Amino acid sequence: MRLEKCWFCSSTIYPGHGIQFVRNDAKIFRFCRSKCHKNFKMKRNPRKVKWTKAYRRLHGKDMTQDSTFEFERKRNRPERYDRNVTEMTLKAIKKIDKIRVTREAQHHKMRMRGKKAIEQEAAIKELENSINLVKAPAALQQGSEINLPKIKVKVSQSQAVGERMEE
Amino acid sequence: MVQYNFKKITVVPSGKDFIDIILSRTQRQTPTVVHKGYPISRLREFYMRKVKFTQQNFHEKLSAIIDEFPRLDDIHPFYGDLLHVLYNKDHYKLALGQVNTARNIVGKIAKDYVRLLKYGDSLYRCKSLKVAALGRMCTVIKRISPSLAYLEQIRQHMARLPSIDPNTRTILICGYPNVGKSSFMNKITRADVDVQPYAFTTKSLFVGHTDYKYLRYQVIDTPGILDRPFEDRNIIEMCSITALAHLKAAVLFFLDISGSCGYSIEQQAALFHSIKSLFMNKPLIVVCNKIDLQPLEGLSEEEMKLVMEMKTEAVKTVLAQGGDSNDEEVLLTMSTMTDEGVIAVKNAACERLLNQRVEIKMKSKKINDCLNRFHVAIPKPRDTKERPPCIPPAVLEARAKANEEKGKRKLEKDLEEENGGAGVYSANLRKHYILADEDWKEDIMPEILDGHNVYDFVDPDILLRLEELEQEEGLHLEAKADEEDFEMDGKELTEEERQLLAEIRQKKNLLIQEHRMKKSTAESRPIVPRKFDKDKKYTSERMGRELSALGIDPSKAIDRARSRSVTRRGRKRERSLGREGADGEAMDIDDELSNKKLRTRSRSRSRSKSRPPGEVTPGEGFKDSAQKLKAIRIAKKSVKVRNKAARKGEADRVIPNLKPKHLFSGKRSIGKTTRR
Repeated sequence: MRLEKCWFCSSTIYPGHGIQFVRNDAKIFRFCRSKCHKNFKMKRNPRKVKWTKAYRRLHGKDMTQDSTFEFERKRNRPERYDRNVTEMTLKAIKKIDKIRVTREAQHHKMRMRGKKAIEQEAAIKELENSINLVKAPAALQQGSEINLPKIKVKVSQSQAVGERMEE
Repeated sequence: MVQYNFKKITVVPSGKDFIDIILSRTQRQTPTVVHKGYPISRLREFYMRKVKFTQQNFHEKLSAIIDEFPRLDDIHPFYGDLLHVLYNKDHYKLALGQVNTARNIVGKIAKDYVRLLKYGDSLYRCKSLKVAALGRMCTVIKRISPSLAYLEQIRQHMARLPSIDPNTRTILICGYPNVGKSSFMNKITRADVDVQPYAFTTKSLFVGHTDYKYLRYQVIDTPGILDRPFEDRNIIEMCSITALAHLKAAVLFFLDISGSCGYSIEQQAALFHSIKSLFMNKPLIVVCNKIDLQPLEGLSEEEMKLVMEMKTEAVKTVLAQGGDSNDEEVLLTMSTMTDEGVIAVKNAACERLLNQRVEIKMKSKKINDCLNRFHVAIPKPRDTKERPPCIPPAVLEARAKANEEKGKRKLEKDLEEENGGAGVYSANLRKHYILADEDWKEDIMPEILDGHNVYDFVDPDILLRLEELEQEEGLHLEAKADEEDFEMDGKELTEEERQLLAEIRQKKNLLIQEHRMKKSTAESRPIVPRKFDKDKKYTSERMGRELSALGIDPSKAIDRARSRSVTRRGRKRERSLGREGADGEAMDIDDELSNKKLRTRSRSRSRSKSRPPGEVTPGEGFKDSAQKLKAIRIAKKSVKVRNKAARKGEADRVIPNLKPKHLFSGKRSIGKTTRR
């Protein structure tokens, strides 16, 4: 039993899931779910489809090269069973995973740095430009106190009656 | 030349069917229509054709029968005799003779009547002549219908005869009934002959095929023969006799030494001696069957003597052939029950037959042609040194060891049987694993861990690499700890600013949502002009609310909007009059009266007032009255033509009746209808 990778989105395919397509030239395409399968049938390029791992790696959103990836390699020659080696391998897998996860987090952090500053600037600009949606220019000119309580419309009684009479 | 394929004979129809077939064919394939008005030659020709056609068909079919049935003298004497035995040669020949005479008679009838038809003078006479001719022909056929039925029976039986090739290698099995001939046949060939405890189970010849030294041998199983004078034999026994007489085959005479067939050895020996004349020039083997019931050595003196007599007879045949007096191959024992000696018998028979056939071929003249085509090349020895094959001693040892091991090794099969059989015991396939430590044989290794394949990680020096990785990681951490990113250098928004920003964003969202809603329903929603404001969205209160939210005092704007509203225009003069009157009175009356007046007033307000046609109201978009009047005129003009054509609107293209009848049919009272 092997866990395979989906050809389109590169997620792991667990046993009992997905579809395999064998082309006439004997190349096997494995898909984790029908979404990927249908995208493939539409001849979409996974490198252009935003949510796939291929796109993310290509555009530098996710970590590409790392020494933790070298531990996992498909071996074609079977090794003779050795209990100690197996034990060590199982423990190593966990540690490698942990390191990989921390590295990916670090990569993400590096990618996202400087975002705060940009956001601040954008907020200031938006405030400047669109203040007219919530404050009339007249009100702004009147006083620099931005705090303006809401006024309820109350026209004087006599005026109201007079208007009605006129009608 | 009829091959031994009696299956290809066409079906012989019965008398009645025959007549029906021919007559219906005549009716279908000759012209059927004739009138008495035709010229006489045509009539004559018509009827002559029918008579001739019928005669030709009869002739064809009867000739086919005669040709396809085999002539007993022309075929191999074995088949000739077999057919004679089964069907009686005379009867057969008579039947075919009758068919032949019928054919001739039909021909003569046709000739006569055709001659008569040449002088027929009327339709009726010709017709009667034809009827008479056909009738006579059919009577002839009716008369031979018993022969036809007989021939059909024969044909069906012949088709089921076994296809025996009389010229190829054949082995014949004969003997008393129930001695085991058919069982032997079943053992060496794929034939599935019936084996039953009663005598004469096999009622006719059966053929099977077997192989020996890459050659195919026919094996013929015969029904049992009883010891009787020749004339008393029945048809079934005659079949075997025929086969014995005519086929050049190796003969296996079966002897049941246990007597369980119901006949003693004396009777069987007597039979042997009575038919030994048929064994001339044939390799003979005497086979003692059923030795599981009675071994050969346990026979009594007299019986042994009888058996030996038979053997000497058999040996004579061997000597007659010119073979050596090796009398091992003449008397064989076997048991079909236990399969003991069956193959030996077969091999012996095949070998003897082969040798005999080879001998004969060698003596014939044709052999020289064959010999000329062979040449066996033998290389001349260079010197007298002997060169045996060279086998390394290790191989010899291994062979010796394997041989002795095979004897004392315990097989998995035995183990399985010990532990409960196939369904109960499942072999432990891991027993023979070659591992560094024997304890590991029963280990189960996980294949999947945390979404990874364990096999992909397995590596003998994985520890080393892991250590390197961790060192690397350590270095990274240190490097990271040194550089700390200060991102918070810049201006920050104050609390109110953040609130405002939130409001701005909310408002923008609302606008977008509204726009989307409007966009999606724009096609299905009719555009209603603003003055018919169903939702009452455009009220002065709303305006006031929104302006105050923006931070401006809305009162002046509201006043202005209300003063210019449509409902108030044009009522000023009336109202002012009314007001004065009301003023005079209303001072006394309370608010409620004034309310009453207000109510009456409000009712009148809701009733529409008719206005002059050209009057421009402010919301319409016209510059002045003249423009509006012109617009009205243009609108009316554009509608006039359509209304005259009874169209509901500019998109109305319906033609209720595409082809109204009154326009497309009917004669005109005066004038022509060349156009519609």
